[in-house]
Amino acid sequence: MDNNNIIISVENLTVAYGNIKAVDDVSFEVREGEIVTLIGANGAGKSSTLRAISGVTPYSGRICYGGRDLRNIPAHQIVARGMAQVPEGRGIFGNLTVMENLKLATWQRKDRETVAKDYRRVFALFPQLEKRQDQLGGTLSGGEQQMLAVGRALMSRSRMMLLDEPSMGLAPVLVRDIFHTITEINRTGTTILLVEQNAHMALSIASRAYVLETGKIILSGAGKELLDNQRVREAYLG
Amino acid sequence: MHTRWLMPGILLCVFVLSLIIHRFELLDSYLQLIVMYIGINIILTLSLNLINGYMGEFSVGHAGFMAVGAYIASFLTVKVIPAHLAAWLFPVAVIAGGMGAALVGLVVALPSFKTRGDYLAIVTLAFVMIVKSVIENIDALGGPRGFLGMEKLATLPWVFFWVILSLWIIRNLVYSNFGRGVLSIREDEVAGDLMSVNTRQVKVLAFTVSSFFAGIAGALFAHLLQFINPRSFDIIKSTDILIMVYLGGIGSIAGSILGATVYTVLLEILRPLGIWRMVLIPLILVLLMLFRPKGIMGLREFPWFVPLRDRLAGRLPRNKRGSS
Repeated sequence: MDNNNIIISVENLTVAYGNIKAVDDVSFEVREGEIVTLIGANGAGKSSTLRAISGVTPYSGRICYGGRDLRNIPAHQIVARGMAQVPEGRGIFGNLTVMENLKLATWQRKDRETVAKDYRRVFALFPQLEKRQDQLGGTLSGGEQQMLAVGRALMSRSRMMLLDEPSMGLAPVLVRDIFHTITEINRTGTTILLVEQNAHMALSIASRAYVLETGKIILSGAGKELLDNQRVREAYLG
Repeated sequence: MHTRWLMPGILLCVFVLSLIIHRFELLDSYLQLIVMYIGINIILTLSLNLINGYMGEFSVGHAGFMAVGAYIASFLTVKVIPAHLAAWLFPVAVIAGGMGAALVGLVVALPSFKTRGDYLAIVTLAFVMIVKSVIENIDALGGPRGFLGMEKLATLPWVFFWVILSLWIIRNLVYSNFGRGVLSIREDEVAGDLMSVNTRQVKVLAFTVSSFFAGIAGALFAHLLQFINPRSFDIIKSTDILIMVYLGGIGSIAGSILGATVYTVLLEILRPLGIWRMVLIPLILVLLMLFRPKGIMGLREFPWFVPLRDRLAGRLPRNKRGSS
């Protein structure tokens, strides 16, 4: 297989909280331009995997991004190197305005003109946010907050975006919208790593998927393939 | 266009007024003293609000930083600077006091913010005790007897000048890119990290800036009272500043001004009550916390303290928007 366009490689990743291994010897990779999804039930270790890649939780094993080991690189620098984050529970700053939330994602950026262009891009994608730009993040509806979380991630103009359960707490209609947006973002050249409990939606847009169960990868394959897989159907799709 | 010059114009007028009052002694000296106390307390409250209000950490170390600033500045004006130059070089002494406090603040901040968590309260509590006992054991600073000999260099115009400078710097700071980083720490530190904010650097820097202003306030305090001793900077002093922050309101410049003013005036008005004052004031505080837990102005701002460019863009003060 072609190894040149691997953007993230995870080798023998283990994340432990005390004696409990949340992630147990997991290896996988994400290639340039793909949508890769990690699916699994609550407590399968999906979020812990993502947190390890983001640099906010200690781990053993090796995580490389663009060929470089991420160990000992602080989270804010990982983001600045082009890995945008849509954190678990959205991570909206509730007492800051929508605009201030967006501005925060450009914290390390010095290229003012492209930043201005990126605001327009985000507002074109989510016109709702433009209307609410002076409103406090905490007063937005769940769907709008999710738009803000994704819009904010876009503001860091990254080649890669990590999303932790973007469907959480959203009505089915909004879930479909958000997943549509994710494929749109992917189409403009951003590689996506998506963690989801909503296996059906995630598998239908994913190029490849890994199924996690109690900290281990039990299945992997193309998204459409897993959608038809008997075991996946029984466990996650009902 | 005229709004741009309105505020500087008013400030200049008030500054000239304070010069005239000072020069011709138009105001009762007791009242002048109270006004200057209010000014110094505004600086202290603003600087602690940066940490406890805007950043959401909990520091009780301001008495210590105040002490560092007070002693450095006093030592300079009494022992180093020749007497005939003292009045002219007073700003240098004040800045030196601020710088010294900032440096000490940096030393406290570096280990305290190495890990996440609530260590800052404990570290700063210990810090206040350490500063007090260090000063008590330095004979050159008068030890427990205290230090005196300062001229009354902190005059109404000077205090006014430093208050405005502190207000201006801190306002610009909290509405800057750096300021948004500070707010992100209060709101959700991990999310801040994930938005590329170097939260550790922001915390250390904010703490250093805050210590600087506490040092400035200490230097002014020393040259107003003309006598300092280690007991003036114990944990009770820190508690006073904490009260002013939470009375006025966290995360608000208007709140800092209000908190410092109301508390200082209240202490003076209730002076005839003697020891009962210390029963009444805590009672008022308990009631305040019950009915307005975020303080008088908690998380809200008066439009004047929002930078013009934000106001011109049609932005209201940060927390007056929305429906929460």
